[in-house]
Amino acid sequence: MTTISKVRYSRRSLLKTGGAAVAAAALPAPMVWGQETKNITLRQFGTGVSNLNEVAEKVKEDLGFTLEMTALDSDSVTQRAATQPDSFDIADIEYWICKKVWPTGNLQAMDTSKIANYDKIVGTFRSGKLTPDSVIAQGTAPHTVGFTTGVDGTEFVQEESGWMTLIPTIYNADTLGIRPDLIGRPIDNWSELLNPEFKGKASILDISSIGIMDMAMVVESMGEYTYPDKGNMTREEIDMTLGIFTEAKKNGQFRAFWKSFDESVNLMASGEVVIQSMWSPAITAVRSQGIPCVYQPLEEGYRSWGGGLGLSASLSGMELEAAYEYINWYLSGWVGGFLMRQGYYSAVPETSKNFMSEDEWGFWFEGKPAQGDITNPFGQVMEKAGAVRDGGSFYDRMGAVACWNAVMDENQYMVRKWNEFIAA
Amino acid sequence: MRNNSVIGWLLAAPLSLVLLVFLVAPVAMIVVVSFWGATEWSIYPAFQFDNYEFLLTSNVTFRVFFNTLKYAAITWVFTLLIGVTVAYYLAFHIRSQTWQVALFLLCTIPFLTSNIIRMISWIPFLGRNGIANSTLISMGVIDEPLEWLLFSDFSVILAFVHLYTLFMIVPIFNTMMRIDKSLMEAAADAGATGWQTLWHVVIPLSKPGIMIGTIFVVALVMGDFITVRFMSGSQSANVGRMIQNDIALLQYPSASATAVILLVTVLLMIGTLLRFVDIRKEL
Repeated sequence: MTTISKVRYSRRSLLKTGGAAVAAAALPAPMVWGQETKNITLRQFGTGVSNLNEVAEKVKEDLGFTLEMTALDSDSVTQRAATQPDSFDIADIEYWICKKVWPTGNLQAMDTSKIANYDKIVGTFRSGKLTPDSVIAQGTAPHTVGFTTGVDGTEFVQEESGWMTLIPTIYNADTLGIRPDLIGRPIDNWSELLNPEFKGKASILDISSIGIMDMAMVVESMGEYTYPDKGNMTREEIDMTLGIFTEAKKNGQFRAFWKSFDESVNLMASGEVVIQSMWSPAITAVRSQGIPCVYQPLEEGYRSWGGGLGLSASLSGMELEAAYEYINWYLSGWVGGFLMRQGYYSAVPETSKNFMSEDEWGFWFEGKPAQGDITNPFGQVMEKAGAVRDGGSFYDRMGAVACWNAVMDENQYMVRKWNEFIAA
Repeated sequence: MRNNSVIGWLLAAPLSLVLLVFLVAPVAMIVVVSFWGATEWSIYPAFQFDNYEFLLTSNVTFRVFFNTLKYAAITWVFTLLIGVTVAYYLAFHIRSQTWQVALFLLCTIPFLTSNIIRMISWIPFLGRNGIANSTLISMGVIDEPLEWLLFSDFSVILAFVHLYTLFMIVPIFNTMMRIDKSLMEAAADAGATGWQTLWHVVIPLSKPGIMIGTIFVVALVMGDFITVRFMSGSQSANVGRMIQNDIALLQYPSASATAVILLVTVLLMIGTLLRFVDIRKEL
């Protein structure tokens, strides 16, 4: 063990100079390590959002070991993290999933002193405040489930304890997507989702834990009710919220509900739906077909979510070291730049800046008009010169978060009620 | 005598073992788990009736079961009508056996593609701006696109009929081929009209095929979840979707309880059907 960690150290410092391969050939010891890492395989699973083959390829190139990716939907991700701890090494999960899964003890906390860019991680994930005077939004805010007491701590703590449950990777602020060409007037409020004007042309996602939050935003916006905490409703609040939506459903407000990303893209692109809950890359997917689609900023603010990497409790030894190395690499900028060019945000934006052009950084992060064509990571042109990101800059968007995706104390009750809503 | 019974047991053993391991044990497991309890992320052994109590006292369950039966019944009517017509045509109107086989194989060609693909292809066809609506509009039949073509009970049943008609055609065609042609001639000689022959000779003799097809279609529709999800745009529920939702949310005991009730319902239905026709005798 000790030899390995020493060797690892020497390799790490060599990597920084960029001469790892040369050095590995010159020094016998690192070569052993290099050979060993090549045989290491880390199994990562998560939602399709960040489980990208490009990342695995880059890991192989930069770090030498193999990263196996499995993409699943968020229900299956929860299920796997909770029930099959030996089937993965790294879990790429959302913070609300973490709240559900952490108590099972299937994940181990990470020592923040081993995370090189820890101090540069955005405040949202540490103190909970994006800027010192930010107000913390409702729901499962990442920092509330981001820290624990020790490597096998099972309780969450509210301060930066030095033991992180998930290392934040990507996050975004979600809102409604609209087809401006088919609506033809400004949309400023969440309540428009239930506006009878869009009867038979609205949609909401059929993932209970996220859908209920979108519903709460709508109910508040309609002026029906103000929740003390949208992320933790009482039974009465759940009944009331779903009651309003069941009535709308019976009146034919909704065209369909969607569960997967591609369904939401198809509904919008085909014109079946003109207003619906949507995720940012789905908007870009619609737009890249040449169909106008806007990720509409709304007065009440955004529903936000964040994901992070968690380590399986069964990781140890060299695999664990490799996992730390992977996480440090993840935060060092390349992945951040890759994901930010798809419209997400990186946990350490300043490192991503080095991997983006000034124009890209200006467009995606600062909300400035594009100077030239903006392409996605796969080279497809997404926006022409002059375009401005919907919702503006990072601070405009992440500063206007009204609630975080959440898991409630009354979750089981909510799920049952949600099923009734679908069956109604 | 003793020797014989040993051989008998041995001969029966392989099939019994297979059934025991792959049929009886899993079903028994589901029944056992249906009495267990669940937290949000785990299940624990117990013997409680909570799952059944919740299921049997919720009117959603009844609505969903009713919906499932409705889909099964309507789908059955259409697949039966189409199945009998197609099988009758193949068996009695096509004279050469080569053509019979060729046309029968033609019926199966669409079924060589994945049933998900066959189902999803309906979505762009039936959509608001889909081929069906734009054709009807350009023909001047309608002015506004028909909304009920997609994401409705209509589209769900359409997909079911499309997906499962073959399961009706095959067994009916099979039994019709076994009908002795001289019986038809005898009926004609006795002065029966075509309809009378169909009703009094062909249909009664095709009953085993109709029953087998019925069992296929009913079991497939009752157990389906993906067709209902895609074709109704997630707006309708059937029992399969209820089970799927429970599984997705790690509520295995509740999913098992629903599965047990579904199993009992389907068994009762098939039991009733089998009272009408003794399939084994007829085969």
